[in-house]
Order: sequence, then C-alpha cells, then structure tokens
Amino acid sequence: MNVTTEQAIVPETEEPQAADLFDKFAPLIQERDNLLATGVRDPFAIVMDEVKSPTEAVIDGKDTILLGTYNYMGMTFDPDVIAAGKEALEKFGAGTTGSRVLNGTYQGHKACEEALKDFYGMDHAMVFSTGYQANLGIVSTLAGKGDYVILDADSHASIYDGCFLGNADIVRFRHNNAENLEKRLAKLPPGAGKLVVLEGVYSMLGDIAPLDVMVPIAKKYGAMILVDEAHSMGFFGEHGRGVAEAQGVLDQVDFIIGTFSKSVGTVGGFCVSNHPKTDFLRLVCRPYTFTASLPPSVVATATTSIRKLMHAGNKRAHLWENSKRLHQGLRDLGFTLATDEPESAILAVLLPDQEKAVRMWQALLELGLYVNMARPPATPAGVYLLRCSLCAEHSAEQVEQILGMFEAAGKATGSIPQ
Amino acid sequence: MTDRATTFASVEALIEPFNAKGVELGESTTFAGDLEWDSLTVMDFVASIEDEFDIVITMNQQAEIETVGQLVDAVEESKA
Repeated sequence: MNVTTEQAIVPETEEPQAADLFDKFAPLIQERDNLLATGVRDPFAIVMDEVKSPTEAVIDGKDTILLGTYNYMGMTFDPDVIAAGKEALEKFGAGTTGSRVLNGTYQGHKACEEALKDFYGMDHAMVFSTGYQANLGIVSTLAGKGDYVILDADSHASIYDGCFLGNADIVRFRHNNAENLEKRLAKLPPGAGKLVVLEGVYSMLGDIAPLDVMVPIAKKYGAMILVDEAHSMGFFGEHGRGVAEAQGVLDQVDFIIGTFSKSVGTVGGFCVSNHPKTDFLRLVCRPYTFTASLPPSVVATATTSIRKLMHAGNKRAHLWENSKRLHQGLRDLGFTLATDEPESAILAVLLPDQEKAVRMWQALLELGLYVNMARPPATPAGVYLLRCSLCAEHSAEQVEQILGMFEAAGKATGSIPQ
Repeated sequence: MTDRATTFASVEALIEPFNAKGVELGESTTFAGDLEWDSLTVMDFVASIEDEFDIVITMNQQAEIETVGQLVDAVEESKA
C-alpha cells in the first residue's frame, strides 16, 4: 500500500496529541493538594479499624465516638438482625450472582418486600441494590421524553443523576420554597406528564420539607409525587414512615423512596407505592434490572430490622431527646447551626470556610469524635459544615461528652470565643 | 430601548451580584469561561432569572446556553 498522505508519514515515535482526560479536574486537584499541604488529615480518607458498636469505633488506634453515621436507629448490631443475617448466609450462600428479574430473587427478597409493604401500609414494594439506584431507576424510568421532572434545587445527587439518565425536561425550584414550586408548575404545559420530587429530610442541613404544603400544590397541577424519605424513615411519624406521615400527607404521595443504609442499618434501596402498575417497573427500570440483587444475608437483616422498627417508639423518643440536647448545647457554646430548631437527627454546624471547617474537624477527631466534613457541591454554594448525625444508641452521657469535645475543639481552633 | 435591549439590561443587572470578578459584560461573555461560575452559582443565578421574568428555563435548555447573548435570546423566546 502506498503511504502518501501527510498524516501517514509522521514519524511513528511521535505520540498523538490527544487532550488529557484528567485536565478537567486540575483546579480541584490543586485545591486538594493545597489543603493537604497545610498538614491536615484528609477528611475523605478515614478508615475505621474496628467498629465496637453503633456509636463507637477505633480510628488510627484511638477510641472514637461516631457522630457522623446514618445509623440513626442503631440497628447495625441488633442481635436479632445479626442472627437473621447469619442464618441466611448459611442457608442461601454469600450472594445471588444475578439480577432480580432472572436468578436473583430469592424467598428472602420477597420477604423483605412484604416487610416494607407492612411497614408503610402500601400495596407494592420493589427492593433495589442501593438507595442511589432506587432514585436513579424510578426517576429516570417514570419521566421520559416530553415529561417534566420538577425538583428541589438542593436534591440529592441520586435524584439529579436519575434526571440525567432519563430524557425528561428538568425544572428546579428554590429549596423548600412552596410558592416557587407552584410558580414553576403553573408555567408548564398543562397536558404534559409531571413528576414532582421532594425529600423528607435534606441530608446536609438536616432541615425538613413542608410536605403538607407542597404535596397538595403538586396534586393541584396533576403531578405525580415522589418523596425520598432516606433520612427520615424509622423516626418520623407515628409508625416511623417518614415526614409525609408526620405531616399527614402520606396518602397523597405516589412513590416513597427509601434506603436500608440508614435507619435500617444495612445496605439496599426501595420504592413503595399504591399505584397498581408499580410491579411493571421491574421490567423497564434499568438500574433495577441490570445489576445483581442484594445478598441473602443483607435482605434477611433488612427484613428483621424493618419489622423491629415498626415498634421502636422508645428509641424514636430517645433519638429526639439526643437531637434536642445536642442542638441546645452547641448553640449555648456559641456555634452557628443550620436550623434554628432541631428538625431531624442531623445537626449541621456552619463554619465560614473550608480551612476552618477542616481544622475543627481534625481537632474533634484528635479528641476522639468523628463527624462529617461537607463542602459544596454536596452543600449549597459557599456552605462549609460539620454534619453531626445522632443515633438512638447514643447515651445521654455520650451526648455530654460530645459537647465537651466541641467546646475544647472550638476554643482550640478559634471557632468559638475562649 | 428595544425589548431585547431592555431584557439585556435586566439580565446584566441580575448577573452583577454573582459577578465577583467585575467582568465587563457583552453578548459573547461566557458564564463558565469569562465569569468562571461553578454549577452552584449557575443554579442560583438561573433561579433569579426565572423569578424575574416569570419563566421556566429547564436544565436541558441551560446546557445549551453558554453566553449572555444566548441567555437573553432564551429569555426573549420564553416570554413570547
């Protein structure tokens, strides 16, 4: 073959000049390098060497109180939950090696869906492999081309990603602003399909949505409503069904999305609904179909935990006591909190910038307290915070210990006055 | 002023609170490149545009809008 084109006679030793795919991350890499160069520990690289209980772990050889988990109801070490997991592991093996719609549905997956139906008093339940996939799947599958998804601007990444995976038009409204929601809905074509997506508790600031106002507005415009109760299942409402139950609008919500990786204490996600065609979604929802189902031990632990959470009134009451005490105590010390009142089990301590937030975070860790450090884009623009999430298993003494550590760390880092 | 010029002036005024670097604004000023806005700033700004003109700008439309001029055109179109 004759080699005549200019391109072809370029010497073979010269490398082609394609763009570096990592270039787009250069500013973030720089920011991270600068932060770590100041000598602070990496807040996103914590390793727990031992976990002693829902509220205690060993990090870097040090006994540490955990105030940054989603283990709200402290179910991870519940003896009945552990026993159920062990039994299923032995009887059904380590994993299913298959999709829910092929070989990956065992008796345990159905039992778990029955537990969810009982817990919520609803007709249908679908168990996904994670909560992220439940949002990804339901949002992207329900809203297709020509439909609209109307979502709160502060929605979780899994909801946004569900929007990006689907083909619907995406409309945002200002966070928790019912008037803004109505304004947007009023501008959309009346005949178009609409899915309004709300969350019970917003996980970064720990604030709750005015669902009792927003849900009727969405209904007025003929929208279907999906409420993500990931951070509220287990301790909001009489039966622990979430903020929609607590505010008396659960019967108007079309789909509840939830997770097993918070109050339930393991991993997995779900959708419950009274819609008669819910089960059909199993066949068309790609994040449900094209992934392996949960291991038998996981669904067994989830089932046991969900059934126990139905009767966890005392735990719920203690969790609220913890949240109120910590909120009041932190305010008394002079910290700025994201919400004026404790609205959930999440309390966010606001700090002015990333450096102060990381220094405070590290000082707490050195004293033996783990909290989450969070920054934009996980938080709203310009918001740096230490997120504290309480557990029903935190004792009243631990909460006082935690306040003592906040006082010491706050004074040492100048976050509160001496 | 023409309708478009009025809209341009209003958009300019709405950009100002987010224009931390004091970039001079023109038709071809880009949001990501010239103004160096991140996704969260864009989100807050778009909400203020939607409220000011009482329109909806979907995230799908936003993905296509790179310059101030394109935004003004999109606002004009939505108002129509």
